[in-house]
Amino acid sequence: MTSATSTETQAARSTPQVKPSRRMKQSTREALYGYAMASPWLAGFLLFTLGPMISSSIIGLYDTNFLNKWQWVGLHWYQSVIFDKLVQKALFNTAYFSFATVPLNTILALLIAVLLNQGVRGQSFWRTVYYLPAVVSGVAVALLWSWLYEPRIGLFNTVLRSVGIQGPQWLQSQSWAMPSIIIMALWGAGGAMLIYLAGLRGIPTSLYEAAEIDGASSLRRFFAITLPMLTPTIFFNIVLNVIGSWQVFTQALIMTNGGPNNATLTAVLHLYRTGFQQGSFGYASAQAWLLFMVVLLFVLLALRSASSWVHYERV
Amino acid sequence: MAGFARAERMHRQNSTDLASRILVHVAIIVGAIIFAMPFYWMIRTALMPKYQVFQFPPILWPAELVWSNFRDPFKVFPFGQWFINSGFVAIASATGTALSASVVGFSFARLRFPLRDFLFVVVLATMILPEHVRIIPNYLLFTKLGWVDTYLPLIVPNLMAPAFFVFLMRQFFMTIPKDYDDAAYIDGCNPFSLFWRIHLPLSVAAIGVAIIFQLTFQWNDFLNPLIYLHRVNEYTIAIGLRLFQGQLSNNLQQLMAASLLAILPTIIVFFFAQRYFVQGIVVSGVKG
Repeated sequence: MTSATSTETQAARSTPQVKPSRRMKQSTREALYGYAMASPWLAGFLLFTLGPMISSSIIGLYDTNFLNKWQWVGLHWYQSVIFDKLVQKALFNTAYFSFATVPLNTILALLIAVLLNQGVRGQSFWRTVYYLPAVVSGVAVALLWSWLYEPRIGLFNTVLRSVGIQGPQWLQSQSWAMPSIIIMALWGAGGAMLIYLAGLRGIPTSLYEAAEIDGASSLRRFFAITLPMLTPTIFFNIVLNVIGSWQVFTQALIMTNGGPNNATLTAVLHLYRTGFQQGSFGYASAQAWLLFMVVLLFVLLALRSASSWVHYERV
Repeated sequence: MAGFARAERMHRQNSTDLASRILVHVAIIVGAIIFAMPFYWMIRTALMPKYQVFQFPPILWPAELVWSNFRDPFKVFPFGQWFINSGFVAIASATGTALSASVVGFSFARLRFPLRDFLFVVVLATMILPEHVRIIPNYLLFTKLGWVDTYLPLIVPNLMAPAFFVFLMRQFFMTIPKDYDDAAYIDGCNPFSLFWRIHLPLSVAAIGVAIIFQLTFQWNDFLNPLIYLHRVNEYTIAIGLRLFQGQLSNNLQQLMAASLLAILPTIIVFFFAQRYFVQGIVVSGVKG
């Protein structure tokens, strides 16, 4: 009886065991392949992201030029970075750039996308014209725009003069330098425009037909249908835009070198100077962390705000 | 009577339609002219004799076209070499990125393994991680490895499946029907051969997107070459242009000609692969 039960339980145990073990084997194999094939990313993440982030916070505890000086300073850099007037200035300038560029870029991109979506002739041609500036970027474009902003014989003041307006000194003016860099950033609105254009095509026409039967005006249809349906796309785009805008560097270095009078000193430019030009990598690391915290704060705020304005379709 | 009133109303609606259509077209054309203006100014300046560049009031178009502006920068600086360097870095990075990101993206899209979903959240988190946090520690790492003044710091991180491209490729692989996998497994494929024989050939468009994006990113990259490359012959075009600006700033016609040449490859790639560009933007932006 006892033995019979035991064999029975054994059998009961072993029968289901055969199948799962085979299934286990297959899923183990799949998992092994999964890890093996994800390993390039995993290795890169540990080597070039997680590792550096940890070591960055440690570097911030030293006064170091990475060559012959490694002096422990404890939390000194982390404390002084908060009260550093120049760091504050750089953060303020970058915030100025970010808070102007992100909304203006979003509105301009939306406007162009909506216009192009009105069934215009040669849509793909116009789309290319608007998108092309977003393809080119970097130093060549910064050099071009420095030239466009030339106060006497540059494009902008020449055009303004032709309509009787005395243009500003643009990059040479303390108050106009940052707006100049912002306007230049708007030239690249085509990238977001392309995303919105695709989003617009994804809105079911049945919604518009229903609204038309209800007698909704075209403005009303835009605010009641188009805009809400696009909010997930707009949101994703804004988040990426916020992060990107806080890293503004090339324009500031090439066009104004942070000037005049630090009016365009951006956070990354200041970080670059502290580390790579003055050789104070410990302090630069502390700055990088402060900047990271600031960006993180704004990204989290954007994520928190999402529930109140981003419309997710319930399927 | 009612029919007449309706026709009347439709007629009025059509005329307001026409007015708004004209308005839309005018807005688009004016906007396009504004967007194209900087390119016009660039080409105009690049083709001018030097004395005309600084002429006041400025002229709209050079009286004679000076094509040598495009040739002369090559006499002063190793522009040809810089193009080759930039091309090498961009092509190596783009190929490495496309291959590694597709392998990793496939794994996240199609294979089940413990912690997969958590790890994918980490991928997304690194996507929103600002690049600058890594600049200094990576510089220390690459200094210790002796990689300064080589292209390795610009290329190697891109061989390790950058997060954005993993995300991009995963989104593509998710759209391939699951039946293919089942059929391939029944035929005795292992997960890697499933990827290599079935998924990869179906994802040529996605690979194209990844390659083109990374080509332009790398071609335009400024900060990394600025940090890691110090020998003039090893410069990429981006930092080469900066050197040019610093030394020949009053040769604006040549500077514009060189800048035009520097953006030309991205424009050419764009025109040849416009479809991929649009597709990539759509997948990365809309499905996010």
